[in-house]
Amino acid sequence: MIAALNIGVAALVLALALFTIVARESFAACVGFLAYGLLLTLVWVQLQGLDVALIEGAVGGGLTGVLVIGAAVRLRSTQAAADAARLGMPARMLAVLLSGGVAAAMAACVLALPDPAPTLAPQVSASMAATGVANPVTAVLLAFRAMDTLLEAIVLVLALIGVWSLAPDRVWGGRPALGYDVDPDGILAYVARILPPIGIVAGIYIFWAGADHPGGKFQGATILAAMWLLAMRAGLTDAPPVDRKWLRLALVAGPAAFFAIGLAGTVTAGAFLAYPDGYAKVLILAIEWALLPSLALTLFLLMAGAPQRMSAP
Amino acid sequence: MKAALDIASVLAISAGAFFFLAGTVALLRFPDTLSRLHALTKADNLGLGLVVVGLLPRAGGVSAGLKLLCIWLLALLAGATVSQLIARTVQTRDVRS
Amino acid sequence: MLDFLLAAAAFVLAMVALGLFRILRGPTEADRMMAVQLLGSGGIAGLLLAGSARIPATVDVALTLALLAAFASIAFVMSAAGETER
Repeated sequence: MIAALNIGVAALVLALALFTIVARESFAACVGFLAYGLLLTLVWVQLQGLDVALIEGAVGGGLTGVLVIGAAVRLRSTQAAADAARLGMPARMLAVLLSGGVAAAMAACVLALPDPAPTLAPQVSASMAATGVANPVTAVLLAFRAMDTLLEAIVLVLALIGVWSLAPDRVWGGRPALGYDVDPDGILAYVARILPPIGIVAGIYIFWAGADHPGGKFQGATILAAMWLLAMRAGLTDAPPVDRKWLRLALVAGPAAFFAIGLAGTVTAGAFLAYPDGYAKVLILAIEWALLPSLALTLFLLMAGAPQRMSAP
Repeated sequence: MKAALDIASVLAISAGAFFFLAGTVALLRFPDTLSRLHALTKADNLGLGLVVVGLLPRAGGVSAGLKLLCIWLLALLAGATVSQLIARTVQTRDVRS
Repeated sequence: MLDFLLAAAAFVLAMVALGLFRILRGPTEADRMMAVQLLGSGGIAGLLLAGSARIPATVDVALTLALLAAFASIAFVMSAAGETER
């Protein structure tokens, strides 16, 4: 029974991927991609990767949805130019062959793995008690491979600077996104008043549960950022101008705290990002609490986009 | 008692599945965007509600049951809002064009 | 009981799969966004049916999906109407 369900979902995901590639209109392809991301959430749950499923649902459903649909709508007027610039058949056949070849090679590698596949999971389970958290994913992300998480946090800030660099020179440092003319008594404003409080509670709950159950700072931060975006889009609040000191400090505070704890580790425990005995859980919690606001702010600004208007000084 | 709860779950989930069927049939067969939107929103949210009601006896504890109800209410809120907004977009486009 | 839940999950997902044809055919963009709505609520139902019996934490995933289900559609509506008017 489970096998039938899995086969069905896999077939559906593949069909959606195919549709996304061959769809003629950009908007249809974007919607197909969004649906594909939402179905991947189910795939991850079936594979018992609940943390990844949470991220896929939050980012793939919320963040990517906003970005991709927003882009698709803006690109409507360029549909004719996109159609005119389509590659000829030989180039597209070559692309199909290359992609198919890569996919087949990866499938062959996965299927050729010995059974059981080589994995570090037993070592992680054995060493987890020292970290004080019960969720092995959190233990790996914030204790055994904390370096990767630190670099990921820094990369997000760099990505944000990349997005800001798309702003025209005259509005550099201004507010992201155009102002929205929204009826303050309309339904969008109504839902933007009701949903964010619930969303904030849910976001912090999923962040807090990440220590022992699936969850964590990334998933929580995505929900918080999405709630802020909703309030902004409904006209209840405005996006802050990106040249404000507090905003820039808040963006780097999380990665900076993470980095500082890592440096302290060289003194107290002998290696960068090493935790002294007995302090692991405290430091992990400190890193997570420091990263949550920075991450939420970064994700919100990434979704809000490049600055598009100057604010009154 | 458990058998009765199981039967109730099966009935509720079957009813929910039927409403999902109705919603999909409407989405595929109704003649007009607005009628598709209306049918889909109503049928889908009702189907989800029945599925949640069917899963409640199997939830592991009060907090899990409350979470299930929360999920349904949130989906209801989102569905209602989105259907209104999409309908207005359709209407504005029709008026403009 | 578990088999019934999985069968129900498969049925709901089959319904969602059929509904996705609307993305293919839908004459207007609103039709396509509707299919995403269907995927949202149908996906939540399928997720709860398939997962909650075996993995309790599935409810959290469904909660996240329920919170963020509307965002793509809101982005569509805002971009379609609001921004262009300013």
